[in-house]
Amino acid sequence: MNNQVLFAILLLAPLVGFLINGFRWKSHNATLAGTIATAMVFISFLCSLGLVSQLFGANAVPSVGAKFFDWINVGGLQVPAAFVIDHISAIMVLVVTGVGTLIHLFSVGYMSHDERPAKYFAYLNLFLFNMLLLILGENLLLMFVGWEGVGLCSYLLIGFWFTDADKAAAGMKAFITNRIGDAGFLLGIFTLFFLFGTVSFSEIIARLPNLAEVGWSGPITLACLFLFVGATGKSAQIPLYVWLPDAMAGPTPVSALIHAATMVTAGVYMIVRLNPLFLLAPNALHVVATVGCATAFFAATIGLTQWDIKKILAYSTVSQLGYMFLACGVGAFGAGLFHVMTHAFFKALMFLGSGSVIHAMHEEQDVRKMGGLRKYLPITHATFLIGWLAIIGIPPFAGFFSKDEILWQSFSSPLGNKVLWIFGVATAGLTSFYMTRLMCLTFWGKSRVSKDVHPHEAPAVMWIPLAVLAVLSTVGGWIGIPAVIGGGDNWLERWFEGVIREPSAFGEPIHSHTLEWSAMGISLSLAVIMATLAYTFYVSNPSLPGRLTQKFHGLYRLIYNKYFVDEFYFGSLINPLVDASKGLWAYVDVNFIDRTTYVIGDVVRGVGSTAKSIQNGNMQQYAMYIALGLAVTMFLILR
Amino acid sequence: MPINPAAWKVGLDHYLYLSSLLFVFGMLGVLMRRNVIVILMCIELMLNAVNISFIAFSRYAENVNGQVMVFFVMTIAAAEAAVGLALAVTVFKKFREVNIRFFEHLKG
Repeated sequence: MNNQVLFAILLLAPLVGFLINGFRWKSHNATLAGTIATAMVFISFLCSLGLVSQLFGANAVPSVGAKFFDWINVGGLQVPAAFVIDHISAIMVLVVTGVGTLIHLFSVGYMSHDERPAKYFAYLNLFLFNMLLLILGENLLLMFVGWEGVGLCSYLLIGFWFTDADKAAAGMKAFITNRIGDAGFLLGIFTLFFLFGTVSFSEIIARLPNLAEVGWSGPITLACLFLFVGATGKSAQIPLYVWLPDAMAGPTPVSALIHAATMVTAGVYMIVRLNPLFLLAPNALHVVATVGCATAFFAATIGLTQWDIKKILAYSTVSQLGYMFLACGVGAFGAGLFHVMTHAFFKALMFLGSGSVIHAMHEEQDVRKMGGLRKYLPITHATFLIGWLAIIGIPPFAGFFSKDEILWQSFSSPLGNKVLWIFGVATAGLTSFYMTRLMCLTFWGKSRVSKDVHPHEAPAVMWIPLAVLAVLSTVGGWIGIPAVIGGGDNWLERWFEGVIREPSAFGEPIHSHTLEWSAMGISLSLAVIMATLAYTFYVSNPSLPGRLTQKFHGLYRLIYNKYFVDEFYFGSLINPLVDASKGLWAYVDVNFIDRTTYVIGDVVRGVGSTAKSIQNGNMQQYAMYIALGLAVTMFLILR
Repeated sequence: MPINPAAWKVGLDHYLYLSSLLFVFGMLGVLMRRNVIVILMCIELMLNAVNISFIAFSRYAENVNGQVMVFFVMTIAAAEAAVGLALAVTVFKKFREVNIRFFEHLKG
């Protein structure tokens, strides 16, 4: 099969699945709908395997692509419907379709009792299609179409149980917050088109000037900052992260697929895709690094205090996304994408695990009502354990390598500095603490499950994806074993050679094996200490956290209420806007605009009712007008 | 002041004054009267007022063009009277009166 056909099947299979399930959306048959949807995504996965395999081996090509037709061709703007798989998108496409397949499979079990499974799977497939557009599109506009499409599907799926007003509101919150980011992304596209006259990735990168030539990189910095605004919306960074925790209102597999593994990493992916551009704008990169680092730390602290199992994971996701942006910001784009991949594995695993727990607990999400579930859910516990080890960064699990790479780069890169590294390591410690807390409260310790709930292990269709993801979370990091441990080269670095550039224009990175080993040792020992501490807090000595929160009551309240950010947004932006709009409606609209139209209408009606008496059907009056007209004419002629 | 018989000679302008006077009378009748028969008669009056001016101009210009025109006018007047009277008869049959206001019922 040639590549064009493979690309077509890769892209269209989920769309076909969407159409099939979309047209039979009233169906109650979850197994059938789920099988169709899963099969379609699996077909996509096979096609992407076929395409990615061409990047390997003796006659490997740097990238495979396909152009279908000219989508837009107006004046100076030429946008072909072209798609490409290179060393960057290869990783993303495999993760999205691979993890996507597993999550679809999991959904078959999870949604088996839902009322509208066909609709759910239709949305899920539509999401996959848009995500593939976003990843594979060879230009910014195609990416933008996918970008908007995934936002739409995210909205539809967060509000999937829309009869609950809170869940519908969460969907709207996500959508509106994302719109703010999308506006920034669009402005970024406009700026890039204005600067380079094209929206194609390869052409933009080919037309980039040298940093030395540019000198003042204002316009490029501006474009990068606009794009980063888009990324903060989609990837939930400060200040637009607020939608992601609320997005947990959706079904748990959706949280796993969209709000952990794939969609939220779109911002990181976009920055990695445009890495040569961002490397021309060191100031923008500083902003990216700072925002990423701040988000990582900030979200991790909130994660310490939450009681909802999905909320903990959500703040953890925000925090991990912060890591990815930190990596991008210090010029370690490869490490950022590496973390996207490993995070997709272990966070999808943990979300699906939490889904399994919630399923077993009959829709209970509060960890205070769990505990001791290891006994009832052995497989879920075992897989969750691997996810936990991966996220807190215990070697040789996946998270260790990617997180360590990011931390080391934030220290050693010419764009990095010690403050970023300190906060990064501190975040690693906090991560370790809250994830261990989650493990303790959910699976270990004494059971706090109420008497009338009988937890049961998930069916095979649900634990098989967990098992596969557990394997991936174990071995997934091995493709990026750093040279200092593995002895040889870092395989991933070689893989990215050519497509991801080094920040070498800003100076030499620090090369010191001693420092690298000690940095690794510090973060690792901090993680272990924090995990032990959390275990002491929540298993050995459960009364301790209560006493501590009593002691630091103010701080605890501040963090528990998520720093009142939502309240701040409502107070400073949303309520004033709503009030101003209401004022405009009640005064300006009613008193001025409405009244103007009424007056115009009244005038016209009055004139009409006066003038209609002329046309009353009396012939003699008509004859009179004729005679008068004649008289006037005569007068004017004969004057 | 002795009266000059030459000044009493009837000329073109006298005919035209007569013609316009008759025309205005006819027009006023058409505009004001309610009886259809009278209106028809007034129309005849207007037509004939015009005929007078035609004849006068014909004599004045010393050719027969105006007189030929008069024949046409008379023919049409006859046809018009026939149609108008037929309508008047129909209205009379229906309403036992020939008031113009009954023609409003033709609006449908």
